[in-house]
Amino acid sequence: MTVDRRGFFKLAGLGALGLAGARSLPVLGNPAPAPSLPGPGPDGGVRWGMVVDLRACLNDEGCRDCIVACDHAHNIPQLPDRKHEVKWIWKDPYEEVFPMQTHEYLEDALHGHPALVFCNHCDNPPCVRVCPTQATWKREDGIVMMDWHRCIGCRYCVAACPYGSRSFNWVDPRSYIETIDPEFPTRTRGVVEKCNFCDERLARNQQPACVSACPHGALTFGNLADPTSTVRLLLKSRYSIRRKPALGTHPEVFYLV
Amino acid sequence: MFEKALSGNRRYWGWIFFLLAVMGVGFICYLKQLTTGLGITGMSRDVSWGLYIAQFTFMVGVAASAVTVVLPYYLHNTKVFGRITILGEFLAIAAVTMCIAFITVDLGQPGRAFNLFLHPTPHSILFWDTVVLGGYLVLNVVITHVTLDAERTGEAPPRWIKPVIILSIPWAISIHTVTAFIYSGLAARPYWMTAILAPRFLASAFSSGPALLILFCLILMRFTRFNPGWEAIQKMALIVTYAMLANIFFILMEVFTTFYSDIPEHMAHFKYLYWGLDGHHELVPYMWASTILAVFSALVLVNPKLRAQRSWLRWACLAVVASVWLEKGLGMVVTGFVPSPLGVVTQYLPTLREVLITLGIYALGALMITGFYHIALAVRGELRSASPS
Repeated sequence: MTVDRRGFFKLAGLGALGLAGARSLPVLGNPAPAPSLPGPGPDGGVRWGMVVDLRACLNDEGCRDCIVACDHAHNIPQLPDRKHEVKWIWKDPYEEVFPMQTHEYLEDALHGHPALVFCNHCDNPPCVRVCPTQATWKREDGIVMMDWHRCIGCRYCVAACPYGSRSFNWVDPRSYIETIDPEFPTRTRGVVEKCNFCDERLARNQQPACVSACPHGALTFGNLADPTSTVRLLLKSRYSIRRKPALGTHPEVFYLV
Repeated sequence: MFEKALSGNRRYWGWIFFLLAVMGVGFICYLKQLTTGLGITGMSRDVSWGLYIAQFTFMVGVAASAVTVVLPYYLHNTKVFGRITILGEFLAIAAVTMCIAFITVDLGQPGRAFNLFLHPTPHSILFWDTVVLGGYLVLNVVITHVTLDAERTGEAPPRWIKPVIILSIPWAISIHTVTAFIYSGLAARPYWMTAILAPRFLASAFSSGPALLILFCLILMRFTRFNPGWEAIQKMALIVTYAMLANIFFILMEVFTTFYSDIPEHMAHFKYLYWGLDGHHELVPYMWASTILAVFSALVLVNPKLRAQRSWLRWACLAVVASVWLEKGLGMVVTGFVPSPLGVVTQYLPTLREVLITLGIYALGALMITGFYHIALAVRGELRSASPS
């Protein structure tokens, strides 16, 4: 499913509002203006994607700045029981993240070290294919979205995601959020959620929260449809891999190794 | 005709109230789940489907198995099945109702279930599953009502019902095929992603379903004057035999392909099931029990002398149902999630509340079966016990 007319105008309106707000209310806006988004490609196309510099990220293994920023920006509950966890962005060992791109003589720098993972916003998303209510759908700019008000909580998408990127609200998440950010909705129990590439920030012409928060410049977000964009230049100049490429899901998240 | 379900002896009412009590307990647990969320179950981020969806899968098989008596009777004129086709169709109605109940209790937001129909999505297999299950329920309600009503009035059933019955035959195959497609179309879960899943589902359904029908017949013969004829039971036993052998054969196909190809991702799930993985062995005893029961039932059933004896047949049928239930209603769904896509082995153990909700739905199914069979036998005047037991 693509963004319909109404959805498009809503998004465009939100974006314009965000821009206007940032200009006219500097006092209330962010103290440090976040770097704005790159524009559309030559043919006007937008296809959002992310490039993760694994080595830059590994230089500071204990760093959780992006995770904390995401948790705050999206009212993600901190559940004590691992079974009920809600995660949008987290770290897992390299071998588990790239089971097909590893071997027993893997270099020390990667072996057993954590790699950053989040929703791949696949170009051919299996979660969208299986959802019986179109509560999850792919936008024209490539973002795989969730409608928390339409989701019936069948968890078919959770079963279909080959990356474990989706979380279900097994309990009411609201009492497990430290400080609720009124800018972003909280979720009810019984629905599925995941990384949304910060569509709410994109609408305000801002970079995703994780990208802005990364102190090491390990995350680059941009327009894959524009051959001159930073993400495209990075992919052109360095060797990159994707998670489980053999499945044909075409992740739009790339890892520089 | 429903009023016939309301007259019965003390034993009948005792059983009905027992089932209602079990349903009540399940319902109270379900209210708790409704108000606090699916967190009261043993399911988790990694094992996100459990007992409910597994029971759903098993019961779809039971529902589909009505075809094993309907097809021989209507397509091959197997007259001996004349007295039991309606039992198979009633079993199908109860089983489909249970399927719908199991799906409903598994939903995180059951109040929004109608979104399935408000936003029909043909690219989702779950959409097609609701279509085929709903259709199958309607078909069997119409068929049983019309044929039983004709029996009651002593008239021949209307001619238009024959094509409806014929339609129910491929429809039965479709419900279990589509249910298998829910699993076998997922690249994310190597354990399920196998073309033989639908044939396996059908083979296990066509063995456990008629085995259950045989057991029901034996129970009815004990407590009522109902007698389907030993020949009918033997014919069903033959169907169980062939289907169970096919079921075992298909499982062995799966084991060969998985282990000879030696792909670690595919083997991990089987290892978890039969040997345990990363120190987790929860399902191992159940899966070996299932294997032993399958072998035992096959050995008894292929032997014509043993199959012809009521006591051996009873044990063989029990073994078939138990074996298939352990494999399909316990192992199959959970193992798709273990290990997770990120290689984690998460233990799944259903909670007490989850089990009670499940039992509540089984009690609902048993209540429907009891009521339906009671009506059918009342119509035929076979209700009273043959012997003063």
